[in-house]
Amino acid sequence: MADAVERKPPSGELVLSLRKVCKVFGAVSALTDVDLDVHAGEVVALVGDNGAGKSTLVKVLAGVHAPTSGTMTFRGKPVTLAGPNDALALGIATVFQDLALCENLDVVANIFLGEELNPYALDEVAMEIRSWKLLNELSARIPSVREPIASLSGGQRQTVAIARSLLLDPKLIMLDEPTAALGVAQTAEVLNLIERVRDKGLGVIMISHNMEDVRAVADRIAVLRLGRNNGIFYPDSSNQELVSAITGASDNAVSRRHERRQTPHGTEAEMRP
Amino acid sequence: MSGDAKTQPSLDRADVRVRHDAGFAGAVRGFIDRVRSGDLGSLPVVVGLVLICAVFQTLNPVFLSSGNLVDLLFDSSTVGVISLGIVCILIVGEIDLSVGSVSGLASAILGVLWVNAGWPVPIAILVALAVGCAIGIAYAALFNWLGMPSFVSTLSGLLAALGLQLYLLGASGSINLPYDSLLVDLGQTWIMPHVIAYGLVLIAGVAVFVTGSRRAAQRRVAGLTPPSTVGILLRALLLTVALLFVVWYLNQDRGVPWMFGVFVGLVVAMDYALTRTKWGRSMMAVGGNREAARRAGINVRRIYASAFALCSTLAALGGVLSAARLASSSQQAGTGDVNLNAIAAAVIGGTSLFGGRGSAYSALLGIVVIQAIASGLTLLDLSSSLRYMITGGVLAVAVIVDSLARRSRVSHGRA
Repeated sequence: MADAVERKPPSGELVLSLRKVCKVFGAVSALTDVDLDVHAGEVVALVGDNGAGKSTLVKVLAGVHAPTSGTMTFRGKPVTLAGPNDALALGIATVFQDLALCENLDVVANIFLGEELNPYALDEVAMEIRSWKLLNELSARIPSVREPIASLSGGQRQTVAIARSLLLDPKLIMLDEPTAALGVAQTAEVLNLIERVRDKGLGVIMISHNMEDVRAVADRIAVLRLGRNNGIFYPDSSNQELVSAITGASDNAVSRRHERRQTPHGTEAEMRP
Repeated sequence: MSGDAKTQPSLDRADVRVRHDAGFAGAVRGFIDRVRSGDLGSLPVVVGLVLICAVFQTLNPVFLSSGNLVDLLFDSSTVGVISLGIVCILIVGEIDLSVGSVSGLASAILGVLWVNAGWPVPIAILVALAVGCAIGIAYAALFNWLGMPSFVSTLSGLLAALGLQLYLLGASGSINLPYDSLLVDLGQTWIMPHVIAYGLVLIAGVAVFVTGSRRAAQRRVAGLTPPSTVGILLRALLLTVALLFVVWYLNQDRGVPWMFGVFVGLVVAMDYALTRTKWGRSMMAVGGNREAARRAGINVRRIYASAFALCSTLAALGGVLSAARLASSSQQAGTGDVNLNAIAAAVIGGTSLFGGRGSAYSALLGIVVIQAIASGLTLLDLSSSLRYMITGGVLAVAVIVDSLARRSRVSHGRA
């Protein structure tokens, strides 16, 4: 499971760099000596089995958990995050899996929630314009920003959540399972969205269980296993390589299934993890 | 939006899939769509009010007389102020069941400090309000730090405040407030001079028109589609004419009570706070999705505290006003149906019991409905047993409408 052939290093500035990050909850080491680099204009996918430490790592980066040890460097400077607001202030935005939108409020109110312009006489016009600009930058297809979130589809909600995270001009954006609950077309839309965010020069960390989605957009794939780094892969790595890195064995349920299917048909395309 | 503004649609009209309602016909169509999807707003309460008026007017022609309506407005103001606080607490998705006894306690404090202890009235009122505010902060502390459901904490607060009220009033059980005081005048006789009432209506109409057209101008400059000028003008005109008619009709008898003016002023201020400030947006967000609000960096505990404190303070203010209305602080103040009327008014007016949805005007509309029923039943000389049953039935209907509308909103994607 060695790294694939040497690649040319990503061109963008090194936005985030983790070295030997550990996180211990009581007797459990959730993260052990984890290293991670994210450059500007790069999508790094974070994959791993359940309990591999992906969510813990995201929470460390979002400032929800403080790491037990290890260093975190953001845009060349060592930083420590005391809380979620520190992460936001630095320019690390997180889109959580459950999106955290208020269904009773309209799109503008949700994008600006907690960041309203002019607190004592809300500047609705300026907020609406900024919302349209954010959504247009993402080439998002939202029919009206004055409709409550409840009337939007899952993909549109994901769009609003991403637009919301872009409001404060972050340098790094983390997406937790952005395609988990979406249909085929909506998944494609969100993947396009992720590419547009990358093309704006942001670093993107994306967590996903869906290997197809990961390979579709990721520039690099970082595998976590039992709280440790288990290799960096590239989109052209075979599924088998990825799966064995994730599960830690070449002989596992997924590859056995893969071989069984391959023998009669001789096709690899229909295989799904 | 530069030179090709004619060909290029404005920023918010770029999506071709959406039907854009323009002009007057569009506004009507949008309204019908909203109602059909369960976004009823104040429609049920207006329909209900018309029905109630029709029924009682046929049963007793005194009902719609100017004199009776003036009395109705006097009575509405006291519980209406309490109901305004209930709107706040319902918006964040909590409840305060103790507003009745807090208002009774406030009237007892007023009576004891003013009449028995001889304190100046303003100080006595301030103390009563401060006690109300403290009670609200206590609820908020129990809720925020100990996780006590507001239903339970305010239910125990109901008993505790009632006990304190009885203790303060002592054996006599009732304190008469001096009739020649400003406060009792406000509660019983003080009427706006006719000129001022008409003037206020005109100011309101002009204000609606000016804010509407200024908003339209801002949107036009910013390249967003403005609301139609005719619509704004029509709205302002309709409002002015309707209000002028009401004031003229009330002026046939005594006129508009100042106390009702105070109540409407509070409603307008609250509406502004809820719809046009960051605090109001935060209230709606907390009521809609508490976790989302927290992650957006809103201090959720502080929002809850402000809602509880505001609710109890307004309850205390309502208690002071009702003491003025009755010219006494008694053991009966704030008991009986005050609690339920205040909550029912907010719900009947269209504030959802489920949180995240409501408006200050629902307190105004709802309390007028409640008082209209009470007044009509009193005119029919029905016993209080029947009155309670009928008011209970109306409340049940209002909550059913709320639940059904909510279900419809969910199925139309507008929850």
